[in-house]
Amino acid sequence: MADDALVIAGREFGSRLIMGTGGATNLAVLERALVASGTELTTVAMRRLDAAGGTGVLNLLRQLNIEPLPNTAGCRTAAEAVRTARLAREALGTSWVKVEVIADERTLLPDPVELLDACEQLVDDGFTVLPYTNDDPVLAGTLERLGCAAVMPLGSPSGTGLGIRNPHNLEMIVAAASVPVIVDAGIGTASDAALAMELGCSAVLLASAVNRAQDPERMAHAMRQAIEGGRHAALAGRIPQRHWARASSPPPDPS
Amino acid sequence: MRLLLNGAERELPDGSSVADAVLALGAPPSGVAVAVDDDVVPRAEWSGYRLHDGATVEVLTAVQGG
Repeated sequence: MADDALVIAGREFGSRLIMGTGGATNLAVLERALVASGTELTTVAMRRLDAAGGTGVLNLLRQLNIEPLPNTAGCRTAAEAVRTARLAREALGTSWVKVEVIADERTLLPDPVELLDACEQLVDDGFTVLPYTNDDPVLAGTLERLGCAAVMPLGSPSGTGLGIRNPHNLEMIVAAASVPVIVDAGIGTASDAALAMELGCSAVLLASAVNRAQDPERMAHAMRQAIEGGRHAALAGRIPQRHWARASSPPPDPS
Repeated sequence: MRLLLNGAERELPDGSSVADAVLALGAPPSGVAVAVDDDVVPRAEWSGYRLHDGATVEVLTAVQGG
């Protein structure tokens, strides 16, 4: 089981849980949650440097030996996302980027046209591109053909905790993909994360579900175990579902 | 000269470079990136890049998010 690594763009990760740092009330709470999650890759956003902000979150990830994954959160156009990715590469020295191009604030759903444009430009510019995408098998296939290193469909809109609303779409994406499929957005609780893995996804990216839970450290632990459990279940070959019961004990002895 | 530095107007001596603007913000030595008028300026070019009056300078870093 130990050799079951997640491989993205040739890089191996022992954990299939990618964390986000958003929503945590402070760095001490975030640190306990990150440690409990066992994550090796964690998202950060790019914003203006201010006197108060500093680079605390980067220092924390460095201390914990967690690779930062910059995102393009808040970008509404391909041009903004490309510029943000290039700034992140300069600031953090990584060419990995989670590409988010959002259509509106109410749904925070990806704008597929701008997303494709941004991903194409960033792949051409040598980035390792991980796009946050709709749960659309056609769009996921197009992103893979563009050269994205993974596809990251949503389970439901960001921050809703509504779980996986269209499991069949995720199954179709997984069936067609030859890059890792990472469920990104919508996870609310441990069973959602387990389901993502049972559907055949390679990893789960979540933030709010842990960082906004009443006990983030405990929820991080729950997510870690759910993802491990779901992964094992996906590989173990579940029993077929049946309409009628099937006894697991021998028939009763004759009277 | 006047700059728009991270959204606020700032007065810097004429001939100031990107490195001077970063210093004026008190930025840490690593983990930041700069765009001038929407173009990313690589760190190696900060000292030699002279800003013009009215330039828009954005200095970004990683924060909690995503």
